[in-house]
Parts: sequence; structure tokens; C-alpha cells
Amino acid sequence: MKHSALEVRDLVKSFTVDGIAFNAVDHVSFKVNSGEFVALVGPSGSGKTTMLSILAALLTPTSGQVKIDGQDLAKMSETERVKLRREKIGFTFQSNNLIPFLTAQENVEFMLRLNGVLGHAGRLRSGELLARLGLADRLHNLPAQMSGGQQQRVAIARALIHEPTLVLADEPTASLDTERAFQVVETFAHLIHESERAGIIVTHDLRMCKHVDRVLQMEDGKLVRIYEGKKEIKELSQGVLKH
Amino acid sequence: MKDIFLATYLAVKEVVRNRGRFLMVALVIALITVLVLFIAALGEGLSDANRQYVANLDAQLIVFLEKSDYSITASRLETNTVKSVRRIDGVADAGPIYTSNSEIVSLPEPLKISLLGAEADRPGMPALIEGRYFRGGEAREAVMDLSVAERSNLKIGDEIEIRSTQGTEDEFYSLTIVGLVDEQAYFFQPTIFVPAATWELMRPQASSDLGSDTPYPNIIAVKLNDPLQVEEMKQRLVNQISNIEVADIETTINNIPGYTAQQGTVQTQGGFTLLIGILVIGGFFQIQILQKVPQIGVLKAIGSSNFVVGLSAIIQIVIVTAIGVGIGAVLNYLFSLGLPPAIPLDFNGTRSLIAIALLLLIGPLGGMVSIIYAIRIEPLKALRLG
Repeated sequence: MKHSALEVRDLVKSFTVDGIAFNAVDHVSFKVNSGEFVALVGPSGSGKTTMLSILAALLTPTSGQVKIDGQDLAKMSETERVKLRREKIGFTFQSNNLIPFLTAQENVEFMLRLNGVLGHAGRLRSGELLARLGLADRLHNLPAQMSGGQQQRVAIARALIHEPTLVLADEPTASLDTERAFQVVETFAHLIHESERAGIIVTHDLRMCKHVDRVLQMEDGKLVRIYEGKKEIKELSQGVLKH
Repeated sequence: MKDIFLATYLAVKEVVRNRGRFLMVALVIALITVLVLFIAALGEGLSDANRQYVANLDAQLIVFLEKSDYSITASRLETNTVKSVRRIDGVADAGPIYTSNSEIVSLPEPLKISLLGAEADRPGMPALIEGRYFRGGEAREAVMDLSVAERSNLKIGDEIEIRSTQGTEDEFYSLTIVGLVDEQAYFFQPTIFVPAATWELMRPQASSDLGSDTPYPNIIAVKLNDPLQVEEMKQRLVNQISNIEVADIETTINNIPGYTAQQGTVQTQGGFTLLIGILVIGGFFQIQILQKVPQIGVLKAIGSSNFVVGLSAIIQIVIVTAIGVGIGAVLNYLFSLGLPPAIPLDFNGTRSLIAIALLLLIGPLGGMVSIIYAIRIEPLKALRLG
């Protein structure tokens, strides 16, 4: 039985702009199990990135509860949050993803260094993971020497190498052409499923939802709809369903 | 410990992979180093050239004429004052010092010198490094400072001719070099030591002085039985001998004409150069950190602590500063090899070492703002929300 990697209960995040308070995340609840790949979609300003920031322990919610691997973020100190991000969460970002002065392999290995577990086995594993992502001949290339798609694949490897509980991807395909974007999401989904991690991808491009298990649709900070089942998701990604 | 290794790893990797950019700022630091060390060496050299003789005196106190404001040139003591000083309880020995300027004209290039009169084996006469002391009376013998030998190729046994303006006439006197002393520059000139009577004969003097053959010392160097009793002995001398004032060596040096003003100027220049260094380094690292905001955001988002990010920035600044200072010091050394001895630069002085230590400090000091800025960068900057 798959266990719940992420639990979000009645989450609220309020901001005040020009004296007017509004909820960027408005009473949202959901769960993501290990081995499940979930897409968080919605128009610009719907609260996706705020939600992702809270899940990443980068932003403190106004109320509600977030549990990663059973650990309540609200009860953690800043040092514990840093440790949680290092050990339990894997990240890919939209851009500026990689450390520019480290090679592809060094970028991946960096997560193991951070966790103090980089050894011979770790080095081998990072090389193998990059090779599986089609980057065997790019191990010693710096990010600037790689294409956007290759950089995103390195970021995926970095997000998974330390076997985190939760992998968060913030618009990882935003700067890629359609073909490469599909490749990246497909690879991501495959690795999430294979390694039994819980994955959340934030995207505004519904076509990218084709490889996910569930789609959470947000609007004005609220979780307005959940798409489940292969048929429904396929229709959504093909634009058959209106969201 | 893990965090220190991690910070070092990040700092070294970035410097090595972006060596062109970092070398550029290291070269700027090297230029600042050259300038700071040059000013420090100039300060040390000028200071030595001005005070070396007084600073190296085998004495703790200097006796001046009363109301001369501790100015050697303004002081002129009675001849019997030396004997009076020697009789004071607590005085180990005392030696008169006679100062004036002259010029060695028997060289291809005339050399200006400080002509100092002193008594052999008394305070005021430095220890020999070679040869012997001059005989007393009006012996036409001289002991020269090593810096005279370096500039003129003179050696013991050589005869020199000096010119002295007496009244309205130029007079020329011959002297035989019999001994050598070291580090005795005074008033920016290398020195020649002669007996008191010879000094009186050869010193430049006005027409009104020409009739007298009694040498009046400018000051008296006093060696104490107990070198720690400076203040007590100062008071005792003033109380027991009339028409004198007494100063320690440091006060005497600070009252050498122009010394304090000159050193103040040089030190201010050095200070401003260091300040410019701090601003240049601070500016560079601030720009660098501003360019790296998203990268630092990513580092923090994936779990790097503020300690790692901050320490990495410090290590990087220290590496670049050390490389810059190293290059600057080597350039300075090469520079110093080509300088003529007449230029008063001393690259081996305490000030150069202090300057190097300060230069190594200005990197982290200049980068302090950027380090604080880096620590304060929110990991949210890694996400679009930032």
C-alpha cells in the first residue's frame, strides 16, 4: 500500500497588497502518495507558485497544515526546514536551475555533498542517472555548454539523486520547445513512477499533463477541480475538456 | 566541518571555473597592493632616512638647549654641559653630538652628506662594522655610513674631499676614511662622522662664527644606568643642570624638522589607498553577488544553509585577495630591484608587513556588505515568486 508522502489540509496563505488582504491560497486540501505524479495547473495568479513555495518549505502558510513524510512543517524551526529541503525534497525550477560553475555531474552530485553522502557509489549513481537521461556524453559539460532541455534533464537528475520523498517542479518546461518539453515531462514522470517518489509539477501548459496521474486545477487560490483517470486527463491534455 | 568543506568546494570551484573574471579583480587588487606597498616602503624609507641615526643611538635621553623645542638644529649647548651631564647620578655615559651638512666633491657626482661630530666610544658615535674610530683632536679622519659607501664606491683607506661654505668662501678639506658604520642616515642624507674639533673646522659657518674654534654641541646623547628610569632621569637632569631641556628618543625623532608632517602625509596617503581598495573590492563583490541572486536562491532552496553561502563568499574573497596581494608583492619586489639607492624606499620594513596584513583584511572587509547581502537573499528568489 502506497503511503501518503504529502498531506495538505485546509491551507491558507494571505497577502496584503495596498491595504487589501487576499488569499493567494484559499482553504486547499489534498494528498499525494509516493509513486504518484501530480500536476498543479491554473491561470496566472491562481496561486500555483505560492502553493509550491509553501510545499517547498520556503513560505510559511497563514493557516492550515502541510505534512511531508509525516513531518508537520509548521512545527519546524528554520534550520529544520533547511534540513528537510536538503533531505526530503527535490527541486527543479523554471530557469537558473543549475549552479553555473559546476559540471552536469557535479551539479547532480552536489545534492549528495549537501547531505554528506557523496562517496564512490554516489558518483557512480549520478553518472548512471545522467546516462539514463541521455547525457552520458555531457557529464563534464558546464550548464552554459548545454541546451535548455539538457539542463532541465540535469536538474531532474539532481532532484532525484538523493531519493527525496517529494519532488517539486516549477514550470520545468517553460523555456523549452514543445518536443523537448514533452521529452522532459515524460522522463520526469517515468523516473517518479520508477523510484516511487511523490512528484508535483506546476505548469500552465495542459498538454504537459498527459503523463501525470492527477491534475489539480487552481483558480483564485482555490482548488476548483481534480482530474483523475487516464481518459479524463488525456482529454484535458488534448484540449477536449474545458478547464 | 561538512559545511566548511562544502563552502570551500563551492568557493574554489567558482574561482577556478571563472578564473578570467576573478583574475581581473585579483589584478586590480595587485595594483592597489603595489601602490600601498610603494607608499608604505616610501614611508619607511623616508622615516629611516630622516631618523635612522637618532633611532639607533645607544642612549635613552637627549639633552637640548632650553626652549629649543627639542629641535636639534635650534639647540646649541655650552661645552661644559657634557661634563655636567656625566656627573649626574644615574647617567652611565654621555656624548656630545654636533650636526651640520656638507658635500663630498671628490666623487664623479658630488654627494650631499650629514657631517656629524662625535666622540669615539661615547653615546652619539655608532658601533663600527669595519675599520677603526678616528683619532681625537683635529685628525683628518672620518667614519662613514655604509650608505655613503654604497652610493660612492668609497672604501676604508680612501681619501675624500669635502666642500664647506665658510663666510662667503668655499673651503675644501681632505679626510681619510678609517671606519664604517651601518644604518646611520640622518636628515635624508648619508652620514660622515668626524672628531668634534675637525667638525668645528670643517662645518659650514657664517662669517661671524669664523673667529671661534670651540665646537658647541647641538645635543647630548645620554645613556642611563637603568634604561627604564627615563622619566625620573629626565626630571633629575632638568633639575640639576640649568638651561637645558630633555627628551626621550621618540620625542626627539618626532621633533626632527618635517618628520611628523611628512609621516602624517605618507600615512594618510596609505590610508586613503587602502580605503580605495576596500571600495573597489566591495564594489566588485557586490556586483558579483547581485548577478548571482537567482543562483544563491537555488542553492538555498535545495538546502544550503546561510552559513555555507556566507562562508563560501568569504573564502572566495580571501582567495582572490590573497592572489592579488601575492601578485602585487612580487611586482613590488621586482620593482624594488630596479630602483637606485638614492630613492628612500624600504620594502623590508615593518610598515610593508603591516600593509600586507591590512591588504589581506580589506578583501573580507570590502566584501562584508555583499556577504551580508548574500546571506539575506531569500531562497524564494529561486522561484518565480521572488
